[in-house]
Amino acid sequence: MSTNTRVPQPYWNPYLAGIGLGLVLLASYVIMGRGLGASGALTTLVAVGANAAAPAHAAANAFYREYLGDGSKNPLMDWLVFEVIGVFVGGFISGALAGRIRVITEKGPNISARSRLFFAFIGGGLMGVGAKLARGCTSGQALTGGAVLNVGSWAFMLCVFGGAYAMAYFIRREWL
Amino acid sequence: MIAPFYKYGLFGDSVSLIVAFVVGIGFGFFLERAGFGNARVLAAQFYFTDLRVFKVMFTAILTAMLGIFYLSWIGFLDLSLVYVSDTYLLPQVVGGLILGFGFVIGGYCPGTSAVSASTGRIDGAIYLVGMLAGLIVFAEFFPLVEGFYTSTPMGRITLPDLFHLSYGVVVFLVVIMAVGGFAGATWAEKAMAARKGAPKA
Repeated sequence: MSTNTRVPQPYWNPYLAGIGLGLVLLASYVIMGRGLGASGALTTLVAVGANAAAPAHAAANAFYREYLGDGSKNPLMDWLVFEVIGVFVGGFISGALAGRIRVITEKGPNISARSRLFFAFIGGGLMGVGAKLARGCTSGQALTGGAVLNVGSWAFMLCVFGGAYAMAYFIRREWL
Repeated sequence: MIAPFYKYGLFGDSVSLIVAFVVGIGFGFFLERAGFGNARVLAAQFYFTDLRVFKVMFTAILTAMLGIFYLSWIGFLDLSLVYVSDTYLLPQVVGGLILGFGFVIGGYCPGTSAVSASTGRIDGAIYLVGMLAGLIVFAEFFPLVEGFYTSTPMGRITLPDLFHLSYGVVVFLVVIMAVGGFAGATWAEKAMAARKGAPKA
């Protein structure tokens, strides 16, 4: 339990937060000609890590090569990497202003923290695989591609909701 | 046409990284404001108790979609220079399903887990570690799945192309569907709240 005794402010009205998010996405399109992302930055980190640990191994893998580039520039000097660093900072600013910084584990009332963290790890792992197969995640495909009516993004988005609803019943003890 | 500014050469690569950082701050800020740094809020979507994920996501999509539509209509934004990633239907469908499983099991998606971790949530941080592990697994097994990964390519294709409808008509239909969805979501939340207190199955 946290020692933070400040009462956290309520979350924003979802439509207001959605408009804010949409305007950020629109600004990204107008300024850069591209949308948002999240999983791509972590993939770059993994590729850079693999290249540092085993350069020959990374060079032999087409997937790592795509994220490492041709060597003409540092792969970490990447648009998505900088954007995701901003996401961490922006989330922290919002949370701090609203008194919502808490070192806790979010979980349902009927599961231990240890089990919840196990599921968080497994879910993250599935997300890593799914996001790469789909060429993007909820940010890079659903939001970004959704706004420009990309066919693959809309198919992806329907499947995300479909998959999550199909799985929800089986792991209800984690949340309910 | 003067936008996208970057594509028209108004600034270079190093400035684009600053833009990325600022855009990211805005993204993270509104994700946290929406309540998406909290896995319980996100998971509630899939038990119909709080349909914020749907509401926020589709409000954001509508806002950006309408902005892009009108800015291109008045000749400000050059749509041909806006990046639309190629569609690979089957891997994106399967990837979407796996990602959906991961969403409800892990409680986050990649962007929201970043916000969760930066506001102190331990589960968000562990989720990120899991995601790194998943990415390593995918990368290491990439040669085995590469054939599937590049299957069913459809190129740069949008819903107007697919349905042979005009851009404006599809935008209008998406707005109608989303507004209907918002009404349905609010109705479902009320129905679930009314059921509360009844013994759980």
